[in-house]
Amino acid sequence: MKKTLFTQIEGGKGFYALLATLAAVILIGMFAVYQMEHNGHWITGMNNQIVWGMPHIFAIFLIVAASGALNVASIGSVFSKKIYKPLAPLSALLAIALLIGGLAILVLDLGRPDRLIIAMTYYNFKSIFAWNIILYNGFIALVAVYLWTMMEKRMNRYTTIAGYAAFIWRLILTTGTGSIFGFLVAREGYDAAIMAPMFILMSFSFGLAFFMLVLMKTYKWTGRPLGDVILRRLKNLLAIFVAGVLYFVVTMYITNLYATEHHGVVSFILRDGGIYPILMWGGYLLLGTLIPLALLFHPATAMCRKAMTAASWLVILGGFSLLYVIIIGGQAYPLNLFPGYEVISSFEGDVGSGFYAYTPTLNEILLGFAGIAIALAMTAVAVNALRFLPESLADEEVDPHAKG
Amino acid sequence: MSDASLNNTSKTDLGRREFIGNGAKLAAGVSLAPGVMLYGVAHARPADQAVTDDVRWGMLIDTNKCAKGCDACVTGCQQENGWGPQSGNETKSNEYQAAQWIRKVDLRNTSTGSVHSLPMLCQHCEHPPCVDVCPTGASMKRADGIVLVDKHICIGCRYCMMACPYKARSFIHEPIVNPRTHAPRGMGTVESCTLCVHKLDAGEGTTACAEACNSAGHQAILVGDLKDPNSEIAKKVASVATTQVRADLGLNTGVRYRGI
Ligand code: SF4
Repeated sequence: MKKTLFTQIEGGKGFYALLATLAAVILIGMFAVYQMEHNGHWITGMNNQIVWGMPHIFAIFLIVAASGALNVASIGSVFSKKIYKPLAPLSALLAIALLIGGLAILVLDLGRPDRLIIAMTYYNFKSIFAWNIILYNGFIALVAVYLWTMMEKRMNRYTTIAGYAAFIWRLILTTGTGSIFGFLVAREGYDAAIMAPMFILMSFSFGLAFFMLVLMKTYKWTGRPLGDVILRRLKNLLAIFVAGVLYFVVTMYITNLYATEHHGVVSFILRDGGIYPILMWGGYLLLGTLIPLALLFHPATAMCRKAMTAASWLVILGGFSLLYVIIIGGQAYPLNLFPGYEVISSFEGDVGSGFYAYTPTLNEILLGFAGIAIALAMTAVAVNALRFLPESLADEEVDPHAKG
Repeated sequence: MSDASLNNTSKTDLGRREFIGNGAKLAAGVSLAPGVMLYGVAHARPADQAVTDDVRWGMLIDTNKCAKGCDACVTGCQQENGWGPQSGNETKSNEYQAAQWIRKVDLRNTSTGSVHSLPMLCQHCEHPPCVDVCPTGASMKRADGIVLVDKHICIGCRYCMMACPYKARSFIHEPIVNPRTHAPRGMGTVESCTLCVHKLDAGEGTTACAEACNSAGHQAILVGDLKDPNSEIAKKVASVATTQVRADLGLNTGVRYRGI
């Protein structure tokens, strides 16, 4: 196998136009944050029933995708599949960028973002949330070291071990993210041990979809060759991950159906809940799972780049739908405080047997997009400044006959 | 299920119950008064004295006495702690965003059809999920069982609200004017019933909601030390059937209900 040549991308007109666009999205998002922090959260759709809203969906999507974006590098270093090695630096870079984008959203949505220093210095070690803060910081540090071992020749011999460490850390990290919901004992919508492994599969799928989009777009815009060999591998992987998420989602609802006490929440999500069944069946299952699987496997579209791009976008869309159902749907379903009783009337703020409504506002969505823009801008600046990307990923470069 | 038996599942209370139980067995027929002397505590806690776990503050709500349509406890709490429409605060927040430290709920038994009315508030759990999940430790439980939010450490992440089984917590969605000194409410933080900790610490032995309920002539709310066997609340809990809401979660709440 030839030595891969990594170079920076050119900072041409298109590059600066991209940066300017991303900066604009970030600025608009910051204005939304200013509005939220100045006026208070009443200008959002969130309330005392739906306490986590749109920002959390964006944030958790990015955090989950971050650890998944690292997969390509892990497969290269940990499982020694040589063909993925040229992609490892971009994969690690995206992992860091997506995580920072996601965390930025979480922090900016806090009631008191100015107290971030408290969150960093006061730890309640019983809190899975506090553990997540440590896991996130550790992930960024570890992946940065991993990147360094890849990009600095003298350090190359440590790449495998750093890759292992980052891989194991990412599994723990995603388990931790999933556990944020798994630990909420009182909430029926979340009470499932399956949450943690499901989040790992979700991270594989969303992260790879994001990675493929960035890879294809970057190579197209910079005019670098990107061969079918590598893309075929990636799209097959994506299809496996998408199917894996589907397996967990189906398992989760089927096991819930065995427990009579969960019938209410399951039929709420799958049948009666208004927006939630629509997102579940239409958004997640049809658009986010079945159509991408068809696009990735059908002989007519399997190797078409447009189809791959569309499939990746759809997987991301499906991911947002699924997270919306899990995060918002889980809160919209009322807590059953008095088994054997029916709540007939209640003072404001408690709708009894009805479901809690949530309508996201523009501010929340703008903040979410700002998080994505932060991740993309970081990536763009990095690939422009440092040698992250192989000059060519043409078939003869990646060498299909090399072992792996 | 009677609360006395539920209490036995809780470690903190176990030692004490066992002690009393064994003591009672040893001195069969002798009144509990000597035990009371041993554990007697002065109810007014001087400011320089640490809060101890000799006390477990609790509340017993008798839903048989609680009147449907009455919300004296809610307005009493609002006046005391500076929330609700009268406080001039949270004028922009909608009904789901405005604070709700205590709320009235009416229930109908699905099999018998009997109707009950009761106030719902922070249940001051012995094992509070909000305290477990809080990343900074702002959610905390005092040694005497009162669950509070430290307004200076709360970052407003709302994880405690996700974790609370009783929906007893509120997030402050807009700037607050003229907060009470004993209830320093502030935008961007989470709050809930404090069990009128300022009144208890001052030795008043009761809460604003209980006082308001008494003034309204219902006497449905009883506040006291669950660990003091001589207290009215402890005697009641030991003698009549009381319930904890969502007892299945094993949180051993400090707020108990009678009649549901
Ligand atoms: S909102 Fe405040 S009290 Fe609640 S978990 Fe977060 S930091 Fe703790």
